[in-house]
Amino acid sequence: MSSQPASTPDSGTGFTGVAIGLHWLIAAAIIGTFALGLYMHELPLSPQKLKLYSWHKWAGVTIFLCVLLRLVWRLSHRPPQMPAGMPAWQRKAAEATHVLLYLLMFAVPLSGWLMSSAKGFQTVWFGVLPLPDLLDKNQELGDLLQQVHMLLNFTMAALVIAHLGAALKHHFIDRDDVLARMLPFLARTTGDIE
Amino acid sequence: MKYRLFGPALAGAFLGIAPAAQAIEFNQFQADKSTLAFVSKQMNVPVEGQFKSFRSKITFDPAKPAAARAELEIDLASIDAGSKDANDEVAGKAWFNTREFPVAKFVATSVKPLGSNRFELTGKMAIKGRTQDMTAPVTLRQEGNSATFEGALVLKRADFALGEGIWADFGTVANEVHVKFRLVATAAATATATKK
Repeated sequence: MSSQPASTPDSGTGFTGVAIGLHWLIAAAIIGTFALGLYMHELPLSPQKLKLYSWHKWAGVTIFLCVLLRLVWRLSHRPPQMPAGMPAWQRKAAEATHVLLYLLMFAVPLSGWLMSSAKGFQTVWFGVLPLPDLLDKNQELGDLLQQVHMLLNFTMAALVIAHLGAALKHHFIDRDDVLARMLPFLARTTGDIE
Repeated sequence: MKYRLFGPALAGAFLGIAPAAQAIEFNQFQADKSTLAFVSKQMNVPVEGQFKSFRSKITFDPAKPAAARAELEIDLASIDAGSKDANDEVAGKAWFNTREFPVAKFVATSVKPLGSNRFELTGKMAIKGRTQDMTAPVTLRQEGNSATFEGALVLKRADFALGEGIWADFGTVANEVHVKFRLVATAAATATATKK
């Protein structure tokens, strides 16, 4: 869109190492857990399936806690500003996507937990720490929550693709430092970016 | 039987004292008030289940617990193992094999009074062509014409070849299954001794 190379006004303030670490840790965990969810769902009942379901649930609880930590970190450590030349609509879209992604990072594991409770399968984190069942067993509600869990997941997948597409657009088309701020090894040293 | 019931009553009447215990026999099994539930552990997660169809023959006189008789027949296909997938799975050959072994049966061999309405029930449990001795503590709650027997026992599924092949390992589904039963029986006719 904009022809001028964007430069951050306060280029000294990037993401903290913790923010970068949590971003990629959670990204990898979400992608892995999402793929596991798609795969395990189709399997016929077997010990392997029970194992995979448990691992998926443990991962979900872990992601939820990491996202909680990440939110606290983000609220106490301001992220860098968006590039100066970004059009208003793109800023709004980016803002909305980030807010929605945060909401979904909480809502997806939460819906899975509720769904497990309603289906009568308690979540026991790493087979050690039992989480309370927030709902009584109710097969119909369980089936409904399964739909909700799936819908939230596919919504998140769509947003992640948009997020990824935007990051690549910033890097290869706008040629700004938006992606490099999250992937420091990509930082251009050629001088077109401060 | 009749002599035994009347004996003390008559003796009591002669001696001018009330019978020490009312002779009452609980022998009418109440299926709709009885429950047979179990908890298995999958990946250390307790999963509740139950059997919906079972019959029992109970003959229990609180005054003569040692003479009590109890039998329980369970229609294994009536299982609710927690989910539809699980119900289909446990009916299969690796688990109950309900086509060949539709019924599990427990026959009591002894009832030992432990005091204060507690008893030790011992009997033979037959599932899937295998028979094992089992012992369960039982508590009796008596309310007028009705007696409720509550007890629990731990059944080891491997003893009955429940979960063969890929399920044989206890890493995913534990060997111990916690069974809880609640059997209700009423007294058929008032066999109580009449007071003079």
